Amino acid sequence: MLSRPERLALLARASAAELAAAMAAAAPLPPHRRLRGPEVGLTMLRGRAGGDGAPFNLGEATLTRCSVTLADGTIGHAWRLGREAEAAEAAALLDALLEAAPARAEALLAPIAARLAAEAEAKARRAAATEVRFATLAAMR
Amino acid sequence: MYVAVKGGEAAIEAAHAWLAAARRGDPSVPELGLAQIEQQLALAVDRVMAEGSCHDRGLAALAIKQARGDLIEAAFLLRAYRTTLPRFTPAEPLDTGRMRVLRRISATYKDLPGGQVLGPTFDYTHRLLDFALAAEGAPPPPPAPEAESGVGPMPRVSEILAAEGLMRREPAGEEAPPPDLTREPLRFPAPRPLRLQALARGDEGFLLGLGYSTQRGYGNAHPFVAELRLGEVEVVLCPPELGFPISIGEVTVTECQMVNQFAGAGEAPPQFTRGYGLALGHSERKAMAMALVDRALMARELGEEVLAPAQDEEFVLLHADNVEATGFVEHLKLPHHVDFQSELEKLRSIRARVEAERAAPRAEAAE
Repeated sequence: MLSRPERLALLARASAAELAAAMAAAAPLPPHRRLRGPEVGLTMLRGRAGGDGAPFNLGEATLTRCSVTLADGTIGHAWRLGREAEAAEAAALLDALLEAAPARAEALLAPIAARLAAEAEAKARRAAATEVRFATLAAMR
Repeated sequence: MYVAVKGGEAAIEAAHAWLAAARRGDPSVPELGLAQIEQQLALAVDRVMAEGSCHDRGLAALAIKQARGDLIEAAFLLRAYRTTLPRFTPAEPLDTGRMRVLRRISATYKDLPGGQVLGPTFDYTHRLLDFALAAEGAPPPPPAPEAESGVGPMPRVSEILAAEGLMRREPAGEEAPPPDLTREPLRFPAPRPLRLQALARGDEGFLLGLGYSTQRGYGNAHPFVAELRLGEVEVVLCPPELGFPISIGEVTVTECQMVNQFAGAGEAPPQFTRGYGLALGHSERKAMAMALVDRALMARELGEEVLAPAQDEEFVLLHADNVEATGFVEHLKLPHHVDFQSELEKLRSIRARVEAERAAPRAEAAE
């Protein structure tokens, strides 16, 4: 079963179309009420000196957050990079639904996980094709 | 005499209307879409995000379109827009060690764990104009080749040296929030986290020139690229309402570890030190220049003599920001009619006095 952080990570990366598809698959949707947002803001990205030293502020990134509640009081949250308000609300609603029925998460979010895995694999394979294979040359005398 | 005047509204309106028309250009040429800018001018987008200090490809593309391709103007627009947004929880420091690597090279080790991965690079291209690109409507290029990705872990080259005791380790980070120059003005001496923030948003051209100067002898540098990596890193933050960290997406960053010799001082044995560069997007020149300048600015802490411009933190940090620099340089275009009038009157009165003094001795001689 997906943990909540795993679920939220998938919902953060899902496209608007994927979220719409997941909502259609979860229909009928219970009514929900917005608790906060969707609102666009910034998060300060940080790096570390030397990659592993003291933190420093690198620059900001836009993000959208949203919190919703279902009639029974279940609360769902969404935090996503970017500025897609509708998608953030859909992600928060799906989080609330899956908070109430966590066993459904895996099936409902499987297409998103599969697409992300395929994209990561394709990039890794392209990178691998550009790995240098050194050939040792015979010394020229 | 100077009389205060108002006016210019109609001229300004007409100028802006012309600007809008000039931005669009010849209407018979198709209009540029934001998606095209994002996809096909991706490195311009990256530069605007880095110098605008705001990661958002769509906003950067819009800024580039609005600025007619003037990237400093675009960074300015992005910086201005970001001030309209509230700041939520800060993210945890990016873990570049766990980067999903697209490119990773080392100039110090031929064979290193994880290998030399070239990625999508201009390196080894011949820099010959490709007129095939001028023929529009050509089919897209074939997909890039793929290979089995046995990509194991990619340890940092700096860690390999540090494990041997040959590389100065980074002092462990304080967990207190780092200083933020967007909230408080720069102060001197600037601690390294503040310097790195200023460099990360600094102008690529300015840092490139300074970095180059350290190589040419202005500052004692003999750098090696221990490692340059490009890839996607997870953005993790801890929303207060959840109380546990969650991953909210990925950003692409470029990281450079530049190795430099250090003769040792006091307790410190001779060892390598590193300069560090980290830039939003795919910005290798920026990351490398930043690493060179970061190392040069360590002079004070390492007890080296501060002789060169790149080692002078006030000089570097106060002039690296292109939005600030362009603001102060370009404000000279604004009306200075009163200031100039006073200069003019002063100069006229000085001239009158000098001429009067010159005339006086001649008058005496004539007598």
